[in-house]
Parts: sequence; structure tokens; C-alpha cells
Amino acid sequence: MSLDDLYKEVILDHYQHPRNRGQLADPDVATRGHNPLCGDEVLLAVKMDGDVIQDIAFAGRGCSISQASASMMTESVKGHEVADASALADGFKELMTGGGSTDGLGGNEDLEALQGVKKFPVRVKCALLPWTALLEIIERWETASHRSAAVD
Amino acid sequence: MAQNSTGAVGRNGTGRDPLDVAAIRRDFPILQRRVHDKPLVYLDNAATSQKPRQVIQALVDYYEQTNANIHRGLHTLAEEATEAYEGARAKAATLIGADGPDEILFTRNTTESLNLVAYTWAAENIGAGDEIVITTMEHHSNIVPWQWIVERQGAVLKYVEFGEDGTIDLADVERAVTPRTKLVSMTHMSNVFGTINPVKEVARIAHERGALMLVDGAQSVPHMPVDVKDLGCDFLAFSSHKMLGPTGVGVLWGRREILNGMRPFLGGGEMIEIVGREETTYNVLPWKYEAGTPNIADVIAFGAALDYLSALGMDRVREHEIELTTYALDRIGGIPGVTIYGPKEAALRGGVVAFTVEEVHPHDLGQIVDYDGVAIRAGQHCCQVLSTSLGVPATARASFYVYNTPEEVDALVQAVEGARAIFAAEVSSIVAR
Repeated sequence: MSLDDLYKEVILDHYQHPRNRGQLADPDVATRGHNPLCGDEVLLAVKMDGDVIQDIAFAGRGCSISQASASMMTESVKGHEVADASALADGFKELMTGGGSTDGLGGNEDLEALQGVKKFPVRVKCALLPWTALLEIIERWETASHRSAAVD
Repeated sequence: MAQNSTGAVGRNGTGRDPLDVAAIRRDFPILQRRVHDKPLVYLDNAATSQKPRQVIQALVDYYEQTNANIHRGLHTLAEEATEAYEGARAKAATLIGADGPDEILFTRNTTESLNLVAYTWAAENIGAGDEIVITTMEHHSNIVPWQWIVERQGAVLKYVEFGEDGTIDLADVERAVTPRTKLVSMTHMSNVFGTINPVKEVARIAHERGALMLVDGAQSVPHMPVDVKDLGCDFLAFSSHKMLGPTGVGVLWGRREILNGMRPFLGGGEMIEIVGREETTYNVLPWKYEAGTPNIADVIAFGAALDYLSALGMDRVREHEIELTTYALDRIGGIPGVTIYGPKEAALRGGVVAFTVEEVHPHDLGQIVDYDGVAIRAGQHCCQVLSTSLGVPATARASFYVYNTPEEVDALVQAVEGARAIFAAEVSSIVAR
């Protein structure tokens, strides 16, 4: 176990040059993920187009792992259907907290670089923070669209 | 428990000689440990201190030679255990200048000591509209119990805000404490800023308005001389594990007449005098507040920790930490991109240095310096209200004790520089791994 497993080049790149960092003007769903132990915070917002995540942005403050994970996550799900995003989030959670397989990542090499985090148990929460926020957003969006569909 | 007579504690604790840190270090087996193949540099003492072998041996001796329940049996072991347990109480009383051992209540930790006051004295003496005054630099354990009093009893919780340098302005205390105030509760030494608060003056203000004064001494009692009569407070809470003793032992000191006037905390064995079918009369102080079999072994070992500290002399402990903190403020402050929080002068603060490094999040910093064997804390330090007020979501914190050296501060500085190098370099210039 070495520090290099944690601070890989691709992770530092996402940390120093985050993708999709900022705010959306008119989001459909937004949420705030928070890790009370360390103060890490991720504000996540999405703009939907039917079942597709048309746009996604994150803000907030946190360590390199939570911020790089948020950057990679937004890049991975932007332009994809909710069902795919949800499956990817499950795949990432499986990597971090389950058997450690990267099978659920669909060959996404950036995300695979985060597997080193698994060796540092206290940091797993950091990596998961944006993904937990994404799953919450998906759940809220699905509940809302189901409700409006039922009303129609 | 025979007092060790090697150099570290064999010297006259009343003298002004500096601590013999090399001799002290030999008393702490854990300091021989290596972490990631580097010598351990333990700078997380505000979280918990390490234990000298005298304390560890006291635990072994107790379980190997003495183990018995106290205040009950008539046999030799029970008598010895009771004597050692009550002996630790007397040592704690002496350390803080209590009127007697009966004013010392053993709890699990500082948190339980604070909660004891909330569930006993505050439950009976604070009503709707009454005020509790605390500060924005309190540990969660000195916030949450009072929020519950607000919920349950309709009291009002007021905060005295800390200033830019992490200190409290007495004029703000004067304004916050009114005749409706029933309790002022304040940390003696901030576990983030290191600030030593003017609790003596605050106690005077509290008493002028008819309020009681509770002092959270978790960080101060282990690191400096503290005398409850000098402070003029009504309650003082602190923990064994931050002052060389085992975990699982806390102390609540209270003024005798107040403790006598309060209802007990937990009901059960030991705290009773006569138990009838319908009602019970209670034991006298301090046992009135110690229901059930207490943490006998750890209290006795805490007694060994108190022996160790009193042999060193709390004034010398404080001198050592002022010297080390002065050095640390200078060295850490000299790292480019570092911000240090709290008072700038070591004389105004304890041996706690919270800081942030530009471009390196405290979490990353804590993890990276660990690879150099350096143990520091990173995060909010159980002080979210402080964190929010300060506008800094997380800090790194180095905190010192009797066994720490300037060389260890150097090791920290070097490790922080290493962390900066990882993050300061543009990614393209890092050799691909």
C-alpha cells in the first residue's frame, strides 16, 4: 500500500482541473451531500431532457478524492440516460464497498483509477460522497416524474 | 503502585528546570513504534495522549494482584482495590485544588461529565426563558446537551462569538450574561484554536448575574496548572485519557454544596443509602453519583497518570509546551501558503496548532504526513459551530504533550512540505506512475 495508489496522476488532474464544476442556471433537481466527519460538501445539480441527464454540475469543498470523484462522476454521466447513470453509480459503490470488481464501470479508466482508494478505508466515504448525491438526485427525479405521470 | 524513579519523574517537580524530555520518552513504549517504516511522530495529543509504562503497569498490577469489587467485600483484595480507587480520587482532588475528594465524581469521560450537569443540575434549575450562555468555539459535547435543555425546558441558548484571532472578548460576555442567565459553560482551552479563555473573569461575571459557571477543562487540565478555587468556577469537567491515563475515565468536579443539592444522575447500586419498596434515600458524596460498579482498573491507572504528572509538575509541563508551541508557530507559519488559526502568541494558547495549507486539503495532508510517520488530526475536531463561524470547513491540527520535541515539529514541517510538493506540481510534470 503506497501513497501512489491514492494520488494517481489522473486523480490529481481531475482535482486541479475539475470538469463540470459550477452551478446550473435552472436545474431540475439539486441536492447537497455532506460528510459531517470531515466537512466535505458536494452540491450537485442536474438538468434533464426526458430520461437523459442533459447537464450536470457540482460545487462545494472537499479533499482531492471527493472532488476528483465528483469531477469524474459528472463527466461519466453527462449525456447519459438515468438508468445508465444509476447502474454506473451502483457499479462504483460495488467497487468501493463490495468485492472490488471494476466490471460495473463499463471500462471507464478514470473511474478505475479510483480503485486505489479502497485501500484507504477512511477515504472511501470521500470517493462515494458525489455518487451518493447522484443516487439521491435520481431517486428524487424518479419519484417526481412518477408522481406527475400518475397525476396525468 | 510504586512510583517510577527514573529520570523523567524522579526530579523535583517544584523546580524550574525544564522537563527531561529524553527521559520522559523512555517511559512511553509506543514512541518506539515505527509507522510506514518511519519513527512515530505523535502530534494528536488533543485527541488522546499516549500512556507511560507506569500507567500500563498499574493496569496489569491491578488485574494480576488486586482485582476485586470496591466498597463491598471485607476481604483483603476488596480493601486494597477500594483504597487504590479512592486514592486516585484524592490525587485528582489535589491536582485541581478541590476542597476534598468528595467533590470529585468519576464518569466515563468529559462528555459524560457535562451531560451529568445537564441531566441533574440543569434539569432542575433551568426553566422556560432561562438562558444558557456558551461560546462558538465549544466542542459538540458542550453544545448538544444544552440544545436538549432548550428543547425540553424552553430555555434559551446564547452564543458568545469568538473574534478573528480565536479569542473571546469579555465585553461580549458582559452583554450576553443577564439576570436570566442560569449557566455559563465554556471551554478553558479550545481544542482547535488552543485559546486559553479567561474563565476566571467569566466566572466572576456569571456569579454577579446569579448564574453558575461550568468549565470544560478537557484540554486545559492535562496541560497547565488548574485550580478550581482560583478560577472560582462551580463545575469542572475533564478526562483521564488526554492526560496520560486510560480511556473510560472522566471527572466532574463540583462545589460540595451544589453537588449535595442535586438529585443523583443514574440510579442503582452504590448510590443508595436505604432502598424501600416505594422510595430510596441516597448515599453521600461522591458515591451518590457513582451508580453501579465503576471503572475500577482504569481509575486506579489514572491515579498512576496523576502521580506521573505531579512528579513532572504542571507548571513545568506548561513551560515545555509554551516553548514547543512557540517553535511550532514559527516553523509551521514559515511554510508557504500556510494559515494558522487562533492567537499568535504561545503564552495565550495551549499546545494546539490548527492550520490549513493552500492547495492541500487537510484530509489529504493528514494522509500524506502519516506516510512520514507523523500523526495529526484533520477535519472539524468536533467543533462544527466553530468551523461554520470561521468559514473554514476543515483544518489540520498538531497538538503537543510532555514527550514531544522540536525535532518532531521539524518532521511535521518536512512532511507538510512533501504534501505541498505532490499538489503544487502541475500534473503534467509528475512522472507517470
